[in-house]
Amino acid sequence: LSELATVIVRINGKEVRVPRGTTVAAAVFAAGETCRTSVSNHPRAPLCGMGICFECRMIVAGRTHTRTCQILCEPDMEISTDFER
Amino acid sequence: MNNLIEYRCQTVVAGGGPAGIAAAVTSARAGASVVLVDDNPALGGQVWRASRNSHPYSEAEVWLDQLRNSSVIILLKARAFYAEGQRLFAETDSGVCQIIYDKLIVATGARERFLPFPGWTLPNVIGVGALQAFIKAGMPVAGKKIVVAGTGPLLFAAAAESLKHGAQIVCIAEQSAWSQFYRFVPALLREWTKLKDAARLSWRLRGVRQWKNCWPLAALGQRRLEALRLMRSGRTEEVSCDYLACGFHLVPNIELAALLGCRLENGFVAVDFNQQTSIPSVYCAGEPTGIGGVERALLEGQIAGCAATNQDSLLHTLTREHARRQDFVKALQRATTLRSELQSIATADTLVCRCEDVTLAQLSKYDSGSAAKLLSRCGMGPCQGRVCGPAADFLFGWKLNNLRPPLFPVRCSSLAAICSQSTTST
Repeated sequence: LSELATVIVRINGKEVRVPRGTTVAAAVFAAGETCRTSVSNHPRAPLCGMGICFECRMIVAGRTHTRTCQILCEPDMEISTDFER
Repeated sequence: MNNLIEYRCQTVVAGGGPAGIAAAVTSARAGASVVLVDDNPALGGQVWRASRNSHPYSEAEVWLDQLRNSSVIILLKARAFYAEGQRLFAETDSGVCQIIYDKLIVATGARERFLPFPGWTLPNVIGVGALQAFIKAGMPVAGKKIVVAGTGPLLFAAAAESLKHGAQIVCIAEQSAWSQFYRFVPALLREWTKLKDAARLSWRLRGVRQWKNCWPLAALGQRRLEALRLMRSGRTEEVSCDYLACGFHLVPNIELAALLGCRLENGFVAVDFNQQTSIPSVYCAGEPTGIGGVERALLEGQIAGCAATNQDSLLHTLTREHARRQDFVKALQRATTLRSELQSIATADTLVCRCEDVTLAQLSKYDSGSAAKLLSRCGMGPCQGRVCGPAADFLFGWKLNNLRPPLFPVRCSSLAAICSQSTTST
């Protein structure tokens, strides 16, 4: 994959190179990471893929509670696990 | 500092899937000013979701071209969260859009029905439509072992998409019985495009294990999914897998219509032959009026678009064509009826509400949905009962959704924006 056709994002500190147009949630799968930590402290990963379940929330570029399935990876995006409370 | 952008239009369409696109194009053709809002970063809804590289659906391309060549104002990544007095509010990344309209066409589509079972909250347990969506969004599945389980035609589409991208389908587990499937065949035979799809899918899935009378009992694994325990024709069986895609057909997204006070009928938005709801300025098209697929959604979108802009000459042909499709809706409903055994796959400590981590045992203490909601917080999390609501309905017969704005969690600044709007306009 050429440099132009890919972007590099950082998920919980881990650098991941993904094709341009990849959603953050899909990149999370590619990285083998999880998204948020549940109320009773369990790791959660995306479920619905269409923006309704809110399981894929992470901190994306400083913004908390971002649904990662509804947002595309951008160069050097910083993505990290959301801790509920 | 609230960033509020105002639009005025004759027709606003909520939802950018086939029904919404058809409604917007049809309205604009009559010369109406049209605004279309959708939560997603791209048009197409779920069924016409584009993959990263290409748009494989020729019919989608035709409609999308018409939309792009029209005067319709398209607002993507805009979440409609409130509507009141001919005004629709949508939150975007940068602020709030206020759309003042004469007619609103609700085309909000459907979501998957999820049922709780032990381990369903483990990472890598996802929906069936979700699997398809994630693959299109760039999730790598090559070499991964995937079980596709649940019920409905989506199972086959998701399995085929996974195969195409190099995954290994361990099995397709369909909860319904063969008899249920055979009763569905006559309806399928009357729908030429659906029959073609079915034939193409079964060819692509030749050699894949397809089990009827089979459903998930438990997803197993420590930090993530490792294996799945299934019930298969009366016996339990364990298969190892990397992903489980599990969904039990679809439930309509009726929240916006319900918030506006549109009458519901058996959980769907009630409409007349012109797709008009009980609120005269509000029309509804596609899955919220009945789960019937893309062809029906396109028709309903066109009917709603015509009716909202008084294009009476076109309406007649469209409504006649539409009446024919209603049989398919009923047949699909019968074919995906859930077996009662699924009501007992969740165990006492299975989480029913994933947002607030409420277990089945906690819920069993209450005798009504509202008591459960108030005292356990089931359905009070960010998804606002969109996931656990249909599950609680299936398990307990409870209706959790007691709708109030905002329809989605929004930023405080967005709430402030609509408040300032109400005070300035009164």
